[in-house]
Order: sequence, then structure tokens, then C-alpha cells
Amino acid sequence: MARKIQLPLTEELAKTLHAGDSVLVSGTIYTSRDAGHKRMCEALARGEELPFDPTDATIYYVGPTPAKPGQVIGSAGPTTSGRMDAYAPTMMSVGARGMIGKGARLPEVVDAMKKYSGVYFGAIGGAGALLAKCIKECELIAYEDLGAEALRKLYVEDMPLVVIIDSEGNNLYESGRKEYLGK
Amino acid sequence: MREINVQQITDVVEKLCIEANQFLPEDVKGAIKTCRACEDWEIAQGVLDNIIENFEIADKECVPICQDTGMACVFLEIGQDVHLVGGDLAEAVNEGVRRGYDKGYLRKSVVKDPVRRGNTGDNTPAMLYTEIVPGEEIKVTVGPKGFGSENMSMIRMFKPSAGLQGIKDFILEVVETAGPNPCPPMVVGVGIGGTFDKCAYLAKKALMRPIDSSNPDPFYADLEKEMLEKINQLGIGPQGFGGKTTAIGLNIETLPTHIAGMPCAVNINCHVTRHKAEVI
Repeated sequence: MARKIQLPLTEELAKTLHAGDSVLVSGTIYTSRDAGHKRMCEALARGEELPFDPTDATIYYVGPTPAKPGQVIGSAGPTTSGRMDAYAPTMMSVGARGMIGKGARLPEVVDAMKKYSGVYFGAIGGAGALLAKCIKECELIAYEDLGAEALRKLYVEDMPLVVIIDSEGNNLYESGRKEYLGK
Repeated sequence: MREINVQQITDVVEKLCIEANQFLPEDVKGAIKTCRACEDWEIAQGVLDNIIENFEIADKECVPICQDTGMACVFLEIGQDVHLVGGDLAEAVNEGVRRGYDKGYLRKSVVKDPVRRGNTGDNTPAMLYTEIVPGEEIKVTVGPKGFGSENMSMIRMFKPSAGLQGIKDFILEVVETAGPNPCPPMVVGVGIGGTFDKCAYLAKKALMRPIDSSNPDPFYADLEKEMLEKINQLGIGPQGFGGKTTAIGLNIETLPTHIAGMPCAVNINCHVTRHKAEVI
């Protein structure tokens, strides 16, 4: 049974989430991929502010298709998270605690998650049409020139996610497979 | 000799780009449903249910199955008795991609330079593969290719002494290394033989063949079956959460090769393995 959770992802909430938990997430999230992360980390290095308040924020690694007339957003499934590994510890260091994507993360990212109580959620890769249904509002907030990779603020309702790596570093990619093979 | 205006190719490419991205081929749908029926792990069953629900939404609402609407891989099998008129063939294909990705509300995912980047804004250029075949028709196949899975593909130039075992171990190594990254359940395209470049092309071509078909050579048909079974014993499962269904199909294509070599390429695709063809 999936547990409903409401964002922002406070440290207190993050610590109640465990690898393997199915959750339905509601609240505000921000979209960014590699090109947007690169810009945000460059801005932070210059001592500038980010286009949104990163405190307890959750970032969805996604580049949606263009919305058809009448749609809030086009298809919007996760992209491979590993490409954001170079930037994720910096993002967590300024407070962005939640990440939504798919695929493996580097040990450096898991270390940062333990340090900052980060949570890595998995959305179903390739289920872009289904996931778009949970997105109720979409606003472009920065880096418009990046097209699909621009920074967007989304409001989601009951987005079906699975906790892949929790704030203690437990990893569903390791435990799920081990459990299945050991059954 | 038959004259074909390249404008016709533009129109077909435009249509196929849109349809391929919205409607999953029946062979792929069938394989996903069969695997769902055989899946014995709860979390994996849930993921497969969502994947089925997803392609059903895409079908019904005519929206892209996946947001990575890919690089447009366009395969043209051109009859040698065809005379193309009305303009430049490559430009005609690119125009079809440009229109299809615009009209179909598909994502533009191509950068103009691999190192210096910069989105081209219209998903061109297409990756164009041409073959000259007997006849006076043109078969156009569009296979949009996402890069979550493309990035997990590999090629290796084996010594012939590595033998069949070397090939088998390599296929498993590539799938193992890919793990959860390419959105499993995957479709695996294997090319064996040829030269370095032809081998990679074979692997890509293998992904265009329906996954409910077999290699006509019984030796490779058996190998396809054996490797699919072995992959599904790895336990990676849908999305890498654990389970039986790591791959829904595996196709092998081969070519003769040099006495000194045995190239093998493994091109990984996800459960959104798209291809749509039309004959002009």
C-alpha cells in the first residue's frame, strides 16, 4: 500500500522514508537535467542565488515533451539520474533534499545523501504519458533557452514513486534484486 | 525504372515519426503482457502494470509513450530501379523529421555538436541509414531511439578464440552493467561479425526486427532464446527493483567477418522499443 506524502521534504519527513517504500507524492517540485544543473552549480560558485529556494526542495530529473493544446505538460517521465551525479552533492549542500529520477547513483551522491538527509525517489522510466497525469500545474521559471531542459516549477498530486535510496544509504537496487534472487 | 519524388519520403517520414512515438508496436505490447503474466515478484508486477497503463494512455490520447522521443533513426531500403527526383534525399528526410517532431509535439533532443552542444531546435539531423536492394520500391522505417538505453550499449572486438562463450559472457556483462539505467525491461539488439562499424549497425538493425520473430538460422535462433532466458535469471527486474522480467526480447543479426576477428555489439533499448515502417 502506497503511503501519501506531502512536500516540502523536510529533514524530519526524509528520515521516515525507507528504501523500497512506495509513495504517492503531492506538492511543488522543480525540473532540471544536466544543462540546468550545470548552470545552477555555476551560479552557486559565483555566489549567486538559484532561480528557486532550494530549502527542502525536490528536483525531478525530466525533460518533458511540448504540451499539446489543452495539456498542462507533455509526456514527463524521468531521465537517467547518473548524469546529475556531478551536481547532486552541491544541490544537497544548499538544501535541495529530494531527487526524482531513474538509474544508479555514485557513492559520492549516497555519501552526500547521508550527510544532508537526502532521498532519491524512482519514477517509472518510460512511463511519461502516465506520469504527466499527476502534474497539475507547470510554470517555466528559468533557462528558457534550454527548451525541454528549462527549469520548471510543477505542482504534482499523488505522483507514484518508489524510494530507491534513503537517507541512511539503503539502496533498493541492491536489496530488491538480492531479495528476489534469494526468495 | 520508377520515379519517386523525395517529397513523398518527407511525408512518410513525418507520419512515421509521430506514429512511432505514440503507438507502441504490437509485438512489444504483446511481449510486455506475456511477461506480466509470468512475473512472480510483487513490486515487478506493479511496475509492469504501470507500463501497460502508460502505453494504453498513449494509444488513447495520441501522446508520446515516453518523453525521450529520441534521435530519429531513419532506415531506407531503396530499390535499385528507383530514380529519386525532386530534391536532395537527406534533406527530404530531415524535413520529414522536422515536421513530424513539430506537429507531433515531440521533444527536440538533438545537439548540433557533440562536444560544444547547442540544441538544433527541430530534432534534425536524422540518423540516416540507406541500403540499396533489388526492386523499385522504398521501404521507410523510423525507429526513434532514446539515449537512456543507447548510453548503456557497447561493442567489443573479440579474438576468434573467445568463441561462443565470449559472446555469451559479453551480452550478460552489458546487461549487468546497464542494470537499472536503461529503464528495464529492456530489448537487446546483438550484432555479431562484419567490421567495427557494420557490427554496431547490425545491433541497431536487430532492434528494428519484431521481438516475436527469430533469426532464420536455427543456431542463432537458439542463442537468442538461451540469452533471453539467462538475462531473465539475473534478477534485475523491471526498473531494477528486482524481479524476473529484465528483458522482453533479444534479437541477433550477423554478417561474415575477417579470419582474425569476431566483433560483437550490444545495443540496448528500453520497453519503449519503437519502430514503424511503410513501403512507398
